[in-house]
Amino acid sequence: MTSYLIRRTLLAVPTLVVIAIVLFGILELTPGDPLADLPLTIPPEVRDDMRVALGLDQAWYVRFGLWLQQLFIVEPLVAIDAVLGTDFADGRTRIVSYQSHAPVMGTIAERLPQTLWVVGGAYVIGLAVAIPLGVFAANHRGSWIDHLITLTTLTGYSMPSFFIGVLVIAVFAVNLGWLPSVYDTTHVVTDAGSLWVQIKQMILPVAVLSLFNAGLISRYVRAAMIDVLTQDFVRTAKAKGLPARRVLFGHALRNALLPVITVAALGLPQVFGGAIVTEQVFQVNGLGHLLIIGIQGNDLPLVLTLAFLFAALVVVFNLIADILYAVADPRVRYTDA
Amino acid sequence: MPWRTHGCGTQMRKVTISNAWAVLLCLAALVAFGPYLWPIEPSELNLRNKDLRPVYMALWGVPNWSWAHPLGTDNLGRDTLANLIHGGRVTFVVAILAMGVSLVVGATVGALAGYFRALDGVLMRVTDLGLSLPLLPVLLLLLLVLRDPLRAQFGPETGIFILLVIAIGITSWMPVARIIRAEVLSLKTRDYVTAARSLGAGHAHILVRHILPNLWGPLMVSAALGVGMAILTESALSFLGLGFPSDYPTWGKLLFDNTSRMSLYPERVIWPGLMISVTVLAANYVGDGRSQAR
Repeated sequence: MTSYLIRRTLLAVPTLVVIAIVLFGILELTPGDPLADLPLTIPPEVRDDMRVALGLDQAWYVRFGLWLQQLFIVEPLVAIDAVLGTDFADGRTRIVSYQSHAPVMGTIAERLPQTLWVVGGAYVIGLAVAIPLGVFAANHRGSWIDHLITLTTLTGYSMPSFFIGVLVIAVFAVNLGWLPSVYDTTHVVTDAGSLWVQIKQMILPVAVLSLFNAGLISRYVRAAMIDVLTQDFVRTAKAKGLPARRVLFGHALRNALLPVITVAALGLPQVFGGAIVTEQVFQVNGLGHLLIIGIQGNDLPLVLTLAFLFAALVVVFNLIADILYAVADPRVRYTDA
Repeated sequence: MPWRTHGCGTQMRKVTISNAWAVLLCLAALVAFGPYLWPIEPSELNLRNKDLRPVYMALWGVPNWSWAHPLGTDNLGRDTLANLIHGGRVTFVVAILAMGVSLVVGATVGALAGYFRALDGVLMRVTDLGLSLPLLPVLLLLLLVLRDPLRAQFGPETGIFILLVIAIGITSWMPVARIIRAEVLSLKTRDYVTAARSLGAGHAHILVRHILPNLWGPLMVSAALGVGMAILTESALSFLGLGFPSDYPTWGKLLFDNTSRMSLYPERVIWPGLMISVTVLAANYVGDGRSQAR
């Protein structure tokens, strides 16, 4: 098991490096000039000086190496400093945004909680809805209730989130006035009253995102359950005279959850991507919002770092899925080791 | 035994899938032939008849509606129905071309990986790498990088058009490659392939004449799913303000442009949103029926 774990983790490293190269390569081709928005009255010499100050006169491999060094050495050191109060990172340059001239990681750390609250909440709720729904549909396969669930879940992930988003804002925020339409990110939770305000402003974005999640995951739960329910050991369990409930939850569901683990872990990064749109609809200033701002302003360091973090998320969750799978199913680690 | 596979369930599923295909084809026909049935120009201004409501609003006693504009007009008097039809045309053409790109790339990679063992490892690594790139951020990056040169080369509309087709196409071929590879892996062990090979047929001949025709089913399903995906992506990009210029309607663009006045004129948001949702739903029904039919 340990060797499987180590091997699998080591495999993730080259993937991350290739992704870093691909993303850097894409941005290297950008014709966008980070100085384009500055006033035209700046003389060309000064402009060139500014270019040098931003490090734009260096060859691409120097900047790439510098970025890698900052991302993997300086930024972790800064994090260690912040936690332990040490000063390892003193005097080292961090990744700095062209737009705000503040460290990129600092901005990301500010924006991360909003995204995590919304995305995480939506994921948990999505899973909690999807599993019972999928089991129920599989158990009543082919009946009208199965078709109804299929219709509902497919609709859930076919409707674009910006469409549902503006619909629920129109109904619940504008017409009924029950919930706020815009997410207030400066809100601080201090007591029960402010917690209630926080929950109220989270309801709409979380509901929109979890509709998508529940729809997608429940399809996989249903398919996995149907697979398991047609297998011999389920028939044997029935033949032994076990009550249907125990066969369903004790025998079938536990096996069906294996592929679902993978799908759930693999789907999470996709949800982060989907959250970009949802954040835009509800004006949540999370990571997706930050990415859009960075792209509009040609802020290369910010965009590069954010895109890499999104990609790293996919790789990490791939890894987590594989490990969970190996933990849950001994067959995987024995055949693959 | 409630989970026993009922014959009627399978039958019903087949009916649903063919209905989904029918819906997709009807929508495609509607946007293709719509301009001949409803010949109003979508960009035609008609300030005298601006802000008309749809005819069905008459049921609620709304006075300003007209049979000349069954779905109403916008704040410059442009006909909503004509805009929906023309917007749907652009949306569908972008989606179908992007699907074509993703299908050609995906099927080629998948078939080569499945057929030639030597290529399998490399090609599938590339596919997995592609799958682990976050779709929307990468798409946004591509738009950022390629927008200006393509605009300069082909003009604002055609430039964005080419960009969307290519960007959506090359970020969505990976699932197709996986499906096709799995299919080819099983197809190439069939007896008729062995027979063809023992008769001296070359690899190219076997791939094109014996394996490709059997990929028809999965390719059609991938095509439907691809169109759905592409429509969703295109409209999401339009919604983020990175799609076509504003006088060039697509469903996503129409929805986005009208959200600010949604509480006054909900129909201008609901109709494009509904069109997107129905199209994608039908596409997903086709794909779902395929994956559940195993």
